[in-house]
Amino acid sequence: MTGSAATREAAARTEETGELDSWVMTTRLADYVAWGRKNSLWPMPMGLACCAIELMAMVAPRYDVARFGAEALRFSPRQADLMIVAGTVTKKMAPAVKRIFDQMPEPKWVISMGACASTGGMFRSYPVAQGVDEIIPVDVYIPGCPPRPEALIEGIMQVQRLVEERAKTGRRGVRPGPAAPAAAGR
Amino acid sequence: MPLVGHPVRRPGRPGLLQRTYLPSILKGMWITLRHMFRPKVTMRYPEETWRVPENYRGLPALVRDDGGRVKCVACFLCEYVCPPKAIHIEAQEIDTGVEKGPRVFDINMLRCIMCGYCEEVCPEQAIFLTREYSTVGVSRKEMIYDKEKLLSMGGIRPDPIKKWSRLTGAGASASGTRGAERDASR
Repeated sequence: MTGSAATREAAARTEETGELDSWVMTTRLADYVAWGRKNSLWPMPMGLACCAIELMAMVAPRYDVARFGAEALRFSPRQADLMIVAGTVTKKMAPAVKRIFDQMPEPKWVISMGACASTGGMFRSYPVAQGVDEIIPVDVYIPGCPPRPEALIEGIMQVQRLVEERAKTGRRGVRPGPAAPAAAGR
Repeated sequence: MPLVGHPVRRPGRPGLLQRTYLPSILKGMWITLRHMFRPKVTMRYPEETWRVPENYRGLPALVRDDGGRVKCVACFLCEYVCPPKAIHIEAQEIDTGVEKGPRVFDINMLRCIMCGYCEEVCPEQAIFLTREYSTVGVSRKEMIYDKEKLLSMGGIRPDPIKKWSRLTGAGASASGTRGAERDASR
């Protein structure tokens, strides 16, 4: 008697949870936050040279980065979580880039767009920093001079994957310091 | 002091309708409405791609000839002409008895500006610019492409000159026929 009551109760419970499953989706809070974060990246357009033109083309209707939720270019670093360094980082500009990066709240990502920002490109000379990763940590490098807007969209998609990855691995907060200047391959 | 130029005609106080801003608002909304029925300009990038022209200058790559040989003979002209010095070559002897070949052929894609000088200067037609335009990387080291990667990107381009058959083993008969042709033409 009690056994049949228990089974009936269990059946009712499974039925109830089954119905609940069709209505409710469960996830980890970190995944949920990452989902929101990756679909609303707010880039800080650090346009320093001609790459910024392609950066603008990416935001314009033809390529329309709003499809990825990254159309809200914030000219205040306090509101941005993705810095797109587009252009030649001169040594005169480097302290400003570093300072603007420091003003961005964590978590933050950096795209180094184009040859100049990534390695210095053809400006192998004393007034140009040989890559923005000498002063700030870079997550995604995009080759090209300048890269096409498609390449920049690929970069943003790569950043979206990195956002998800960070949520999965649980790595948060502390970023590695600026990369040691690479002697090889300059 | 005499008055120079003409006095500027200022518009008077706007009428009641102008002060409600309604004509301006309707005009703007009309423009928006008109654009809704025009063809859409957005290219949905990862799904839709752009038709790349044949002569597009994308990432450079090395090619093999139809015999599977590396066409590059390590003459260092591309390394010399490369404006950002993105190419690094180390030569080696190859076991054909003639010519030499590259032991190391690295192109730093983050340095490369896709100018096409390497393709233009190459006497062996061994380096070409591909139509690859949307590559991104997550580290500097990853973006230095070595010989194997460049060869796999370039694939095979048939060699119309058939230099190898003249220079090596099969060369005797080939040069013989050529000489015979020359004799016949005389």
